[in-house]
Amino acid sequence: MRTTTMLGLTTALTLAASAFAAGADTIKIAFIDPLSGPFAGTGTNGLHQYEFAAEELVNKQGGVLDGDMFEIVAFDNKISPKESLIQLQVAIDQGIRYIAQGNSSGVANALTEAISKHNRRNPDDRVLFLNYSAVDPALTNDKCNFWHFRFDANADIKMDALTDVIAADDNIEKVYVIGQDYSFGKAVAAAAVRFLGEKRPDIEIVGNELHPIGKVKDFTPYARKIMASDADAIITGNWGADMVGLGRSVLENGYTGPLYTYYAAADGITAAFGDAGVGSLKLVAEGQINPPVNDRAAAYYEAFKAKYPDGNISQARITNVIEMLAKAINEAGTADDVVPVAYALAGMEHESLWGTQLKMRESDHQIIQDVHIHAHTNDGVTFDYDNSGFGLKVDSTVTMAAADSPTTCKMRRP
Amino acid sequence: MDLILVNLIDGLVTGLLLFMLSAGLTLIFSMMGVLNFAHASFYMLGAYFAFQISLYLGFWMGLLIAPLAVGVMGAGVERYGLRRVHQYGHVPELIFTFGLALLIEELVQFIWGKNQMPYSTPEILQFTAFSIAGNSIPAYKIFMIFISIAIFIGLLYVLTRTRVGMIIQAALTYPKTVEALGHNVPLIFMGVFGVGTALAGVAGVIAGPVLGTFPGMAFVLGSIVFVTIVIGGLGSLWGALVASLLIGWITTFSKAYNLRMEDVLTGLGFTKPEPIWDSAWRDLWSITSPQIADILPYILMVLILIFRPYGLFGKRDA
Repeated sequence: MRTTTMLGLTTALTLAASAFAAGADTIKIAFIDPLSGPFAGTGTNGLHQYEFAAEELVNKQGGVLDGDMFEIVAFDNKISPKESLIQLQVAIDQGIRYIAQGNSSGVANALTEAISKHNRRNPDDRVLFLNYSAVDPALTNDKCNFWHFRFDANADIKMDALTDVIAADDNIEKVYVIGQDYSFGKAVAAAAVRFLGEKRPDIEIVGNELHPIGKVKDFTPYARKIMASDADAIITGNWGADMVGLGRSVLENGYTGPLYTYYAAADGITAAFGDAGVGSLKLVAEGQINPPVNDRAAAYYEAFKAKYPDGNISQARITNVIEMLAKAINEAGTADDVVPVAYALAGMEHESLWGTQLKMRESDHQIIQDVHIHAHTNDGVTFDYDNSGFGLKVDSTVTMAAADSPTTCKMRRP
Repeated sequence: MDLILVNLIDGLVTGLLLFMLSAGLTLIFSMMGVLNFAHASFYMLGAYFAFQISLYLGFWMGLLIAPLAVGVMGAGVERYGLRRVHQYGHVPELIFTFGLALLIEELVQFIWGKNQMPYSTPEILQFTAFSIAGNSIPAYKIFMIFISIAIFIGLLYVLTRTRVGMIIQAALTYPKTVEALGHNVPLIFMGVFGVGTALAGVAGVIAGPVLGTFPGMAFVLGSIVFVTIVIGGLGSLWGALVASLLIGWITTFSKAYNLRMEDVLTGLGFTKPEPIWDSAWRDLWSITSPQIADILPYILMVLILIFRPYGLFGKRDA
């Protein structure tokens, strides 16, 4: 009797030990973004880019630590901050330590607050917030915390680059600023007014207004107002269906000047603009797709297209998130305790797949990288968006944009 | 002011589009006494069908075939879905249409994906019809206006001047009597449901290229359609028309002019509290009309429900 028990116990122990030695754990990353509703397109394409990056850049390279694989777990937050907090709790309950979110700074603000609170109260299962797209400057200023890392250039950095271009254009005398009525739209408007005031005080802001986010059916009245103001340039932070609606409406109603945007590409937007956007549509973003920076970037893009023929790499920074997280986990030697991982991420320098240098600033966890002004065109586009023949081509580049920009962040480190 | 004229035209386009949706919905409501939550989903289906057809046969065939296909689907839903659920009362019917709306949205995402479709206006209508003080009016908008007016006149003629229309109207009010007179009332119901959804389909076909063809398009328009028929009076075609135009113009004008609450309140004799950012009324004072443009119809609906619960043109007593 006793022998059998011993035998059983030994077998169990051996099994457990061998399972441990193999160590084929998965490191789960929760992807909390809209997968239904008006912004589902943007969310789903982001998810595909995450899954592909995790597979291609980590799992196929042998994983991290001793063979741990990355797994992306999708959570639909319906773009609502309330729903996001529920999904965050579900993710934490499932033992997930890494939260990726990007669409809507409103959601990011809610998440960063909740995560900071959670980490304070539950030191045993802390989580990291990998913000890959929410660009409200407050997230790395007044509302910054140790657990939040931003991989996109924030609205101020982008506006800094954008206004450099506008300031250099003597034809622009009147500018119209329009955006969605929430934290990000307001941040864009404030930054536009501030930077233009500094760089070209002679430029007149002929309009500065906000419209409800995701609720406007027809942008024609706004387009009429813009036309009536005689604006030479429009600046907008709109995204998703709001971007297409606004852009098409102004172009249809006779606007021919430049339309400076943050997010007017991919996810159907490029195809929806098509020929109408050529010459007008400009976009400020990180991540150079066209012309491809090197063979590795081109091969990565081709492999992505082979897997998702209808997809686009619209958020090049997602590869940076995955690569830098993998690097940080390897440096920290653990994926379970996020504190050393966070310390490894802070201050990390990395060579991006898309050619730019990356530096995660220690003071506020804002990444510093090259920012490009792209033009919507069908001329010389190696990788088009939406299989439309149209795509983004780099017009001009600001190297390591706003590397020494000030921050009001007073970070408390554990 | 030239801009007033331009805004009148823009508001008319928005209003007429809304009318095409609400006309079908209000007919269906007066027939079944149940709000069809899936109505805006048929509008979305119209846009997607037309987009798919336009890839092969061009825009005009899409305009012709897509509403027919949507109408047939609508009739099928009535025949094999709603009619069975009907015997259990109104609440199951309501839940049925609600579920159908979710189902259609998922179906559309499943087939076409979640991105916006590159559905655009036909090339022969891609020119500027005329411009008023530098504001160009695209020919497509004029086309939209004519299509919707033609549909309104056609509907009104059929409903009030033809035998079919008379039977429908009678069946709406006294279905038992009409049945006793030997008419096939279930068939009439199915027909009205089919025509109502086909109208929503037409609206989708012509709105898709300008308002965008994406899975959220039903959601964006869904609630405002209900508001329209409540304001107009449930079951009234004229009411639907007047309410649609009213909503079209209200939202267009409040978006086009930056009317500030501050000016309104000072005009009424209130003094602005200083400093404003410490005041409890800060939000009220800083409101501008474009910000609240899209909730104005809802405010109007609440007022209508308080002072005239049966709507502008409704016949039912409160």
